[in-house]
Amino acid sequence: MNANIHGSNLILKTVLEVRDLTVSYGKVEALSNANIKVGEGQIVTVIGPNGAGKTTMLSAIMGLLESRGKVDFDGTIEGVPVVERMVARGMNLVPEKRELFGEMTVEDNLVLGAFQRHRSGHRDHAQTMEEVYQLFPRLKERRSQLAGTLSGGERQMLAVGRALMAKPKLLMLDEPSLGLAPLIVREIFRIISELRRRGVSILLVEQNARAALQVADYAYVLETGEIAMEGPARQLADDPRVIEAYLGLGGKHQEMLST
Amino acid sequence: MDFQIAMLLGQDGITNGAIYALLALALVLVFAVTRVIFIPQGEFVSYGALTLVMIQAGAIPATVWLLLGAGLLAAALDVRLALRAGQPGRLVRLLGWYVAYPLALVALLYTLPVKDFPMAAQILFALAVVVPMGPLMYRLIYQPIAAAPVLVLLIVSVAVHVAMVGLGLLFFGAEGSRTPPFSEARFEMGPVMVSGQTIWVVVSSLVLIVALYQFFERTLYGKALRATAINRVGARLMGISPALAGRLTFFLAALIGALSGVLIAPITTIYYDTGFLIGLKGFVAAIVGGLASYPMAAAGALLVGLLEAFSSFWASAHKEVIVFTLIIPVLLWRSLRGRHVEEEE
Ligand SMILES: Nc1ncnc2c1ncn2[C@@H]1O[C@H](COP(=O)(O)OP(=O)(O)O)[C@@H](O)[C@H]1O
Ligand SMILES: [Mg+2]
Repeated sequence: MNANIHGSNLILKTVLEVRDLTVSYGKVEALSNANIKVGEGQIVTVIGPNGAGKTTMLSAIMGLLESRGKVDFDGTIEGVPVVERMVARGMNLVPEKRELFGEMTVEDNLVLGAFQRHRSGHRDHAQTMEEVYQLFPRLKERRSQLAGTLSGGERQMLAVGRALMAKPKLLMLDEPSLGLAPLIVREIFRIISELRRRGVSILLVEQNARAALQVADYAYVLETGEIAMEGPARQLADDPRVIEAYLGLGGKHQEMLST
Repeated sequence: MDFQIAMLLGQDGITNGAIYALLALALVLVFAVTRVIFIPQGEFVSYGALTLVMIQAGAIPATVWLLLGAGLLAAALDVRLALRAGQPGRLVRLLGWYVAYPLALVALLYTLPVKDFPMAAQILFALAVVVPMGPLMYRLIYQPIAAAPVLVLLIVSVAVHVAMVGLGLLFFGAEGSRTPPFSEARFEMGPVMVSGQTIWVVVSSLVLIVALYQFFERTLYGKALRATAINRVGARLMGISPALAGRLTFFLAALIGALSGVLIAPITTIYYDTGFLIGLKGFVAAIVGGLASYPMAAAGALLVGLLEAFSSFWASAHKEVIVFTLIIPVLLWRSLRGRHVEEEE
């Protein structure tokens, strides 16, 4: 599996390879024959407008939705991914709706993030929690507060922190910047790059194309359920079609905030 | 009614209320985690009590054959899955729990003089037979339809209840039975005599409730069950499978049911179908708590117990009617306050 992926000069191991993934809601096909790859230690982003099928794609990879196609994760092909099995194998999703345990404390939410690891015999969640608290000191301050009472930014930090408690090989983030104030968006993207530095491979779905292209190594553009374009993130950021559709007017402001 | 009678009735009410509280907690738990309205909860009460009766009579409890049968069925299903998934380690574990465990129980019950054992050991045997039926029931009946609407799950629950009552008649016969009390002691508390068994019931219920509370607050698996109840998708994303949560929940529900049966068997004559009415009163209590709040359900249980005791004094022919009529004002009040348990998509 040591393919030379994404034309990078380095030989990277592929963590995730999705082939011909198709998802339908009833008769409506929301995702058609999507092919994507994520190399080890890479940030790969999927950008696209609202309703393009980004959430659908992540849900299908994770096994939350039924799909056709192949999901090759960490060297093993899953015909039909099953959520719990994918988690056990090191894949984690921070969903668009966050799906926190609102009536439980921040700390309990984090502890549950390590549930599968604990089950398979790794009893190191105290140490992992310290690492997560280092990354998000804010969560440590709020550790005994109920998750449902957190602000939007804190909720997002908790969702990411909870996923990190599983020490994932591949972290999938569904619009981590959605609904957050610009300053917090910047903080979130800083943490995403920091995670890559620590060796986590990341599949990042975003509508905030400018910030996503800046942080990512490789990018796909998803439009109405189909991959319309792909390429190294830097290259896509300079592509006139991408600039017109996703980075156009008003984008400058975003850029200033996200650097 | 004089003070003494009132105290006596109050004692009755609290004893029964403690049992209803346990069953109400089990019902709330099962509903919160699996969305199943667990009508057969009461059958575990009868099965627990009457299995103990059979053990004490020196017979092989018929329930152990049911356990073995259900185990074989579950093994047939899961072994096929484990083979297809190529997990031989799992295979051994499955066969161990589903087949070897009930067979070992049968062997022990045949060879050991369980009839002459101390009561605590007999109770352990009864629980060892009845409690595993909970997770097995989840595996065989509810897990395959876990995604079905609440109404379908309810209908299935009614069917399971009817089947279990029928099997109960087959296993235990139509005769009612009582077991000897845990202790013959009687305590004088002011003007009233309190029986040792009453104290056993109340204290055991409290201990069990505190233990459950600790389980849900302190342990990872307890938290996992709460997480599943709060957010099923979120829990799955943590690797907490609904099947695991379901089996664990049904284990607890069966344990609570069987233990309740063992506790009240010395006070009430238990017939094969007694459990249903007891479970139904737990259900009334759970409804008071809106099938969601544990403290409210416990308070409701006490209310049901006391109401039952006092109405049996004033209008004994109508005591059940009075208790079940309680549901109407409670439901009215609940629906007027507008809190609903939402049906999931
Ligand atoms: N549960 C659903 N049932 C039917 N259609 C859905 C459902 N969820 C999403 N869709 C449709 O699928 C398409 C893709 O949605 P989604 O994956 O949420 O897009 P994105 O995440 O890119 O905004 C949209 O047209 C949406 O209306
Ligand atoms: Mg989306």
